[in-house]
Amino acid sequence: MRILIAKPGLDGHDVGAKIVARALMDAGFEVIYTGLRKSPEEIAAVAVEEDVDVIGLSVLSGSHLPICSSFSALRSEHQLDDKLWLVGGNIPHKDVAALENLGVDAVFPVGTPLRTIVDFINEKAK
Amino acid sequence: MSKQVFNESGIEIKPVYGPDDVSDPDRIGMPGEFPFTRGIHELMYRKRPFTMRQYAGFGTPSQTNERFQYLISQGQTGLNVAFDLPTQVGLDSDSAMAAGEVGRVGMAVDTLEDFEIAFEGIDLEKITVSLTINGAAAILMAMYFALAQKRGYDLSKLRGTAQNDILKEFVGRGTWIFPVESSMRLVGDTIVYCAENVPRYSPVSVCGYHIRESGANPVQEMAYGFCIAKAYVDLVLQRGLDIDEFASRLSFNFDIHGNFFEQIAKFRAGRRLWARIVRDTYGAKDPKSMWLRMIAGGGGGGLTIEQPENNIVRGAYYALISALSGTQTMALCSFDEAYTIPSERAARISLRTMQILIEEMGLADTVDPLGGSYYVESLTDEMEKEIESVMAEVDSQGGIVRAIAEGHVQNAVSRQAYEHHQKLESGEIRKVGVNCYQVEEEQPDIEFHPTNEEECEKKIERLEAIRAERDGVRVADALTGVREAAGNSENVMPAIMSAVTAYATVGEITDCLVDVFGRFPEPIRF
Repeated sequence: MRILIAKPGLDGHDVGAKIVARALMDAGFEVIYTGLRKSPEEIAAVAVEEDVDVIGLSVLSGSHLPICSSFSALRSEHQLDDKLWLVGGNIPHKDVAALENLGVDAVFPVGTPLRTIVDFINEKAK
Repeated sequence: MSKQVFNESGIEIKPVYGPDDVSDPDRIGMPGEFPFTRGIHELMYRKRPFTMRQYAGFGTPSQTNERFQYLISQGQTGLNVAFDLPTQVGLDSDSAMAAGEVGRVGMAVDTLEDFEIAFEGIDLEKITVSLTINGAAAILMAMYFALAQKRGYDLSKLRGTAQNDILKEFVGRGTWIFPVESSMRLVGDTIVYCAENVPRYSPVSVCGYHIRESGANPVQEMAYGFCIAKAYVDLVLQRGLDIDEFASRLSFNFDIHGNFFEQIAKFRAGRRLWARIVRDTYGAKDPKSMWLRMIAGGGGGGLTIEQPENNIVRGAYYALISALSGTQTMALCSFDEAYTIPSERAARISLRTMQILIEEMGLADTVDPLGGSYYVESLTDEMEKEIESVMAEVDSQGGIVRAIAEGHVQNAVSRQAYEHHQKLESGEIRKVGVNCYQVEEEQPDIEFHPTNEEECEKKIERLEAIRAERDGVRVADALTGVREAAGNSENVMPAIMSAVTAYATVGEITDCLVDVFGRFPEPIRF
């Protein structure tokens, strides 16, 4: 399993993204981290190029809806629809349904145990 | 025998301390005297209470002006401006990358007009303004100076602070733009420009704060902060300034959360160590150069989304720590800040927390009330030793600039954040409401500060109008001037001042600098 952890938008909060990346590596996954400030286009391009199975976006600035909405369109365009799409960060409960409607497979807000994320990916990989 | 206890920095804490644990009185000294363990001023808050400077700013400049006016009307004595992310990374509000981010986490600034609106009706001699800006600091500082000049203030008397600590942005917070070397050169340009033109302004506030928020322990927070400060000092000395011409204008920004006494000891130790570094390593003669002037507080990393009202209690302890540590300026994260821009009510509670310390609790009555405590003095000594040892380690690895450019500090700090998180999840580190004393609660009703799309659109329309109205030839000439100054390695500040005065935008000026400097290639290290 190859997992892409990406920081879309301008938000510089990368502590969480890096913690999740390390936890996934410790769980035996291969992880690619984009670094900060990537456009949805750049993230989709990396996902294609690296042929990843999972795409995780980390957003803490509150811009998750506009960002995921543009990523959703790019996903179809780049035939990434079959890749697991996860979103983490400072996500209010009331936005989860909207994100799921955009095609997000799971939302992991701040405070989600790392185990939950690892288990979810393992479960889906079966 | 009781179980061993260690603080977060790894220092063992004894069950009881006594006279034998305390260092000799000369090392402690008196407030206002070298080595300033007990405070940089003789009378501290007896003469003037700490400045209360809440971080604020959102939406458009006029919305931010309203919040500023409100905070001042409630007794706040300084301003700390929050900029939105596009401004912080040098983008205009109409840039494609700015979509969805305009005015979201701070005030959107494109041109000098935005500063004219944001600070309207605020006396810049009475209220000192701190600009939380780093990658784009040279531009926003120039804008502030241009505003002050336009309003008739004398730059030689203007006070205020810019964060302008780019090295820590590479470690945490992440609003870098240019490569490390060019970024450092801009810091040098701003310090030299201020020393020569705005001598009472603090051009840099070195932030251990964000390094701590990214996962560093309190000893590392101070040690990395001092290494970074030394890197700036070295840079300016190379430009030919004398240490006493600028060191007194350096300031610091530190974080407060975690163990109560460890934080107090870290500040007392830090003050003593910084004084010694500036005097002995750099040969300063002026005691003011040796002062560790700081803003201490915040504590965002200590706040929780769970049972958010507990954050009010945490904030009160952080404020108490800050006052007991002899800070010059205090700011507190608000109880709702773990998930949103503070509401007016939450910001007011933070301000009241600080005011209660002064007005009701007697924290301004006497200087360094913990001075002489067996435990505090002993811990101060130990923290000082540990900070020095981490600094020596950084030096032995080739210095902080290299360690950051290659990503070593980032790697060390993020590994520690991971380990800390694992200990939180396992319950080895206790966090009330998170891994103990939880309550079944509805997921707290997270209400993001509403971003007003209409206001953002108006902001973009206004930007387009300014581009059409301004003197295009003057702007083009000024931007050429910025490009040339950047390429010639002369101080870029005068050229940037001309550009902002001509209403060139943050994005246009940044683009000129990027043409010459390029962008930072972020090292991805695990």
